[in-house]
Amino acid sequence: MSKIFKNQIFIPVAALLLLMLFNLVIDPSFFKISMGVNSAGNPVLSGYLITIINNGSELAILAIGMTLVTAASGGQDISVGAAIAIAGSTMLRVLCGTNTRPDTLRTPIFVAFIVGCLVAMAFGAFNGVLVSIFKIQPMVATLILYTAGRSIAAWINNNELPIISDPKFGYYGGFIPGIPIPTPFFIAMGCVVIIALVLKFTNLGLYTQAVGINESSSRLNGINPVFIKWLTFVILGACVAVAALIKVSRLSSINYSVIAKDIEMDAILAVALGGNALSGGKFNMAASIIGAFVIQTLTTTLFKYNVPSDALPAYKAIVVIALVVFSAPTFRDAVSKFVKNIKGGKSKEVAHV
Amino acid sequence: MSKISNKFKDMTDTNLLLTITVVVFFLMYIGAIVFQGKGFLKPQTFFNILNTNAALIILSCGMSLVMITGGIDISVGGVTALVSMCCAVYLDFKGGNVAVSMLIAILIGLAYGVVQGFLVAYLDIQPFIVSLAGMFFARGMTTIVNTNPFNVANEKFVALKETRIIVPGMGTVNKLGKYVDAYVEIGVIVALIIVILMFCLLRWTKLGRSFYAVGGNKQSALMLGINVKKTKFLSHILCSLLAGIGGYVYFLHVGSGAVTHAQGAEMNAIASSIIGGTMLTGGVGNIIGTFFGVLSLSTIQNIVASAGLDQAWWTGITIAAMLCIFLVVQSVVMARKKRAIKK
Repeated sequence: MSKIFKNQIFIPVAALLLLMLFNLVIDPSFFKISMGVNSAGNPVLSGYLITIINNGSELAILAIGMTLVTAASGGQDISVGAAIAIAGSTMLRVLCGTNTRPDTLRTPIFVAFIVGCLVAMAFGAFNGVLVSIFKIQPMVATLILYTAGRSIAAWINNNELPIISDPKFGYYGGFIPGIPIPTPFFIAMGCVVIIALVLKFTNLGLYTQAVGINESSSRLNGINPVFIKWLTFVILGACVAVAALIKVSRLSSINYSVIAKDIEMDAILAVALGGNALSGGKFNMAASIIGAFVIQTLTTTLFKYNVPSDALPAYKAIVVIALVVFSAPTFRDAVSKFVKNIKGGKSKEVAHV
Repeated sequence: MSKISNKFKDMTDTNLLLTITVVVFFLMYIGAIVFQGKGFLKPQTFFNILNTNAALIILSCGMSLVMITGGIDISVGGVTALVSMCCAVYLDFKGGNVAVSMLIAILIGLAYGVVQGFLVAYLDIQPFIVSLAGMFFARGMTTIVNTNPFNVANEKFVALKETRIIVPGMGTVNKLGKYVDAYVEIGVIVALIIVILMFCLLRWTKLGRSFYAVGGNKQSALMLGINVKKTKFLSHILCSLLAGIGGYVYFLHVGSGAVTHAQGAEMNAIASSIIGGTMLTGGVGNIIGTFFGVLSLSTIQNIVASAGLDQAWWTGITIAAMLCIFLVVQSVVMARKKRAIKK
């Protein structure tokens, strides 16, 4: 029993179950999934659960990269939202050129994605260099891109807002004809499978944790901490590019100041919710990914009860604080001591009798 | 030559970084005067920088305190917005008076400090996560208090807002040959008083020195008999209290309540502190440096604006570039110094 409680994955799963239970008690229609037809005439599933797996996809993808960065460098990347804006803007620029309302795409979508991916990875590498070589704290180093990112994104497209009318581009953030499950979910699952294989068949996970736990001793054991830290930021860059493709595809357009706003906060929360220490070291990838879906479940639940989107953060904050307090070691120790005291008191009474 | 390098070695980290910041600020301002023309020669241009950034100065002071202690507080922007909105609603809808609204601002700040300080210091939760939730909460609460932005029409408040303090001898003659007095707003006076108070606190009081000790090395601080938890707690209380005061000064400057107020102020405050030579690892920093950090940040904004690069993105990019340069310079200087000491 206590083994279950001590398992890291327990926290996000418990949180998820708690949220589901809440919804089940208040309004069971939360779980209803219906088959409908979208504007293009394709069969699609709709329902709150589908919304969660649809909108939670980007978050889950980002959580993968963020977990690695957190584990290796003991800090977080706060520039992912801005980086998504840059990558998305680049993709649109490649697809549209200077014409903001193209009838046909200039290049295949795949090429645009590769270019966007390279740009995002380059910015990730920039962050990585600041963190690993110049030894600047990750949060501060990424503050640079956080400040400049959206400006750079606007600058790439000359502050114009291209709109893509080709329906094929919308598949990545919507539905592929004939498949009723939203595409982002498949993309997210693909990323999860890739990272699972990478962690299983390479030493990436081991090295990352080693660097996060003790940098000097991992260097003495022949690991290059500078490279590992840099690598995690580049991987996060790749995750950002995938998330950006989904985000841009959803709208077939971009809004530089709004796209992926505050997503960095959600991604960090997903990592924290997964029970991973934000100060680096050991990590549990599955817990982080479930954490991402917990955050999305919370958001969707709040939207369901007509909480205005601006007021959403207040409720989120309360839940987050509650979760973080419950998972804090100090708090747990205090509780277990308290429980022991009560039990101890009882057994003493018994002894007296 | 060896004398110079000796001096370099003797300098404390704090003074070294402070010197860099102050020198860069003056070079930048002189550069602005030379290349941008006479606008920057007018004292009023400088005072306007102070007027618009009085709140940021106060917020950055609080931020520096927390950063010196080894923490961070990203809720200050949210608190500013919350304070503005609460005070605006109280003054306009409830017909309240100005003194009570100031009390509200301070109480909001204090409440924030107590909760965040407790979570960070006594429950050992990372300050980043706590203040992240704090920021979310403040932004959300601002919307819940009132969604629509509006200007405050309360007469006494407007009178206070319009109060100008004339700086003697700094006025200029305008194009019509009329003498125009240079002025600052009340907020600037408040900000300067706080800068001086915090400087004294950090330099000459036991509490201030223990901030440095805790930020520099927690373990050693504990062995010196410093109550680490209490010190951290107090640093967060002070920071949030200053955020409350800064929020009111911001409110006094803009005279309205809106959800979007002080968007990104926390990042500007962190950036100013870093430019001012405070290090996020803790134990290094100076309030005077922070003050110059804010000035540098806003001077570069002014330069960008007056250079005709008024597209919004240039501001973001230049600030980021500046932040980048400062961070790299700091990192290189500190690494060199460490090597010099080892030799």
